[in-house]
Amino acid sequence: MTPQSVSPKKLDAEALSLDSVSLWQITRRRLFRRKSSIVGMVILGLLIFIALTAQWLAPYDPTLSMLDADPPQKVEKRASPCIHALGCPADQPQHIMGTDGNLRDEFSRMLYGARLSLMIGFSTVTFAIIIGTVLGALGGYFGGWIDNIIMRVMDVLLAFPSLLLAIAIVTVIGPGLINALLAIGIVSIPAYARVVRGSVLSVREMDYVSATRALGGNTFEILFKRILPNALTPLIVQGTLGIASAILDAAALSFLGLGAQPPTPEWGSMLGAERNQVFTAPHLVFYPGLAIMLTVLAFNLLGDGLRDALDPRLAHTS
Amino acid sequence: MVTYILRRLVLSIPVLFGILFATFALARLIPGDPCRAMLGEKATKVVCDEFNHRHGLDRPILVQFGIYVNEIAHGDFGNSFRYSKPITELLAERLPITFELSIAALAFSVIIGIPLGVIAAVRHNSWADVATMLWANVGVSMPVFWLGLMLAYIFSLTLKDTIFQLPPSGRLSAGLITTPFFEVWGWQLQEGTFSFSLADFISRMNVFNSILSGNWEVLKDASIHLILPAFALSTIPMALIARMTRSSMLEVLGQDYIRTARAKGLVRRSVILKHAFRNALLPLATVIGLSLGGLLGGAVLTETVFNLSGVGRILYDGITARDYGIVQGFTVVIAIFFVILNLIVDVSYAYLDPRIRLD
Repeated sequence: MTPQSVSPKKLDAEALSLDSVSLWQITRRRLFRRKSSIVGMVILGLLIFIALTAQWLAPYDPTLSMLDADPPQKVEKRASPCIHALGCPADQPQHIMGTDGNLRDEFSRMLYGARLSLMIGFSTVTFAIIIGTVLGALGGYFGGWIDNIIMRVMDVLLAFPSLLLAIAIVTVIGPGLINALLAIGIVSIPAYARVVRGSVLSVREMDYVSATRALGGNTFEILFKRILPNALTPLIVQGTLGIASAILDAAALSFLGLGAQPPTPEWGSMLGAERNQVFTAPHLVFYPGLAIMLTVLAFNLLGDGLRDALDPRLAHTS
Repeated sequence: MVTYILRRLVLSIPVLFGILFATFALARLIPGDPCRAMLGEKATKVVCDEFNHRHGLDRPILVQFGIYVNEIAHGDFGNSFRYSKPITELLAERLPITFELSIAALAFSVIIGIPLGVIAAVRHNSWADVATMLWANVGVSMPVFWLGLMLAYIFSLTLKDTIFQLPPSGRLSAGLITTPFFEVWGWQLQEGTFSFSLADFISRMNVFNSILSGNWEVLKDASIHLILPAFALSTIPMALIARMTRSSMLEVLGQDYIRTARAKGLVRRSVILKHAFRNALLPLATVIGLSLGGLLGGAVLTETVFNLSGVGRILYDGITARDYGIVQGFTVVIAIFFVILNLIVDVSYAYLDPRIRLD
């Protein structure tokens, strides 16, 4: 975003003085030099905090109808936000983001939504990274027909626009949060398989790998200890950006009614459930969408920052 | 060049087979008996046996796959039981709507995205650069369906009764009728012929059709209906294009021949537009081509939000109604389209940059 805050010379100097600082320290330093990645990290930190403390921060249970609250409240369906500090009469119960179509407290649902959203992002990407790494490593290391079969299957997966393929998969295995996660996970495998395969191919024939082989290292050791660590950097970058698109796709599936099912407090499904009320209760559409956007933005900013920090050659172009 | 295209075509064949097999497998994995899904729960065994035999469902699975591929090769993508129509017929009706929307969205993203990227690169590190990159980051992070709903709210409710008021859904106002341009021109086309299908396809795109038939009232109405959905759909490609233009321009602007051009006293404008921009265009071809595939995915969401009866919308309806014929047929068509698109992008890339070896 704001590149060239560091001159290339300075970066070289850092790289040369490797004896005193580790790669991670350099990365961290570079990461903190970019305003955009700091913004990303702050948003992300806030989200993680909310996700971890949702049960204490939320004034109500996310699935509790205000009719069943203790004491039962007389609030209207889809009531506008009522914040006492901003002049909402004190005799009305406070609902910072109003109530939804089932008389639930929107603010509480939003807070719990952070938990789900992060869970969705991390779980799908972890799933995709594990399978993608194994497939990419096998293909890249062994080559030949194994590589051919794996990569052709990946080509087929890439031949579909990702959201459409996820939709098709969920249609077959049935709607629901877990199935949606599985579908998005499957759709994201090729990206990681390609990254890992590329790294494996680039170092497979290097001297230090041959040396390990000559010293009698077995395939497992060569692959996991000598070759795969090279794929770590691109995987971290791809994974961070992948979380962003996974969250966005999961929200879209839930919006279409294929992901999280009501009354689960998931932002996409909250938005989808109230989309026809956008003209009468815009707050029920506005807040979930804003939350999705901020979450995705945070991961995108962090991913970009990590890419530039881990690969300074790209720093001046992106 | 020809050998390159042929080679790429041959390489696409396994992928196409993979796509067909994937969609075929998806359809077979659907839980439940296809006969009872089609004919109802009370279908007797005799009826079902007859049904299975007629559709080849009693044959080995590879033979079934062969039948399926053969049907598709003959342009038969199956039937939708919800609409009781062949998928191809539904496609002919719905595709123009999505096509029009995607073209408008792509036009928005190119017309706004490229200049933003150029300005950001030329005024590197200025506020214009920061603002463009901020917009680009927000643009790729925004859920299309949310942006669509918010735009609809702002432009049809908040800005109601101002000149900025725009309709929140649909393609035409009530009461307006479009006549296909070929009828206005008095062409006599035989239904079922290729020229009829083509003319019919074009005439279903309201904006094009109204320009061709000179119906300015419909043109204005169709255009203002198209603005919001097209803009909502354009944000992600627009952001990608702006980013790509910027980074590509930055790279080119650092080259020696740009310094030479400046040193020999050329006007700044000419350096930027003629020397730098033309060379920076190359990576853009890829981004624009690949954005088209993303547009199709986004179209499902945009059309749902804006109530447009295009491919995306029918796919959504097909999903909710468990109309597997639609889901399967449309997924195949879209994936094949996507493969062809990738092929065109690769070929155009090789054409635009002779440095890329074609072997």
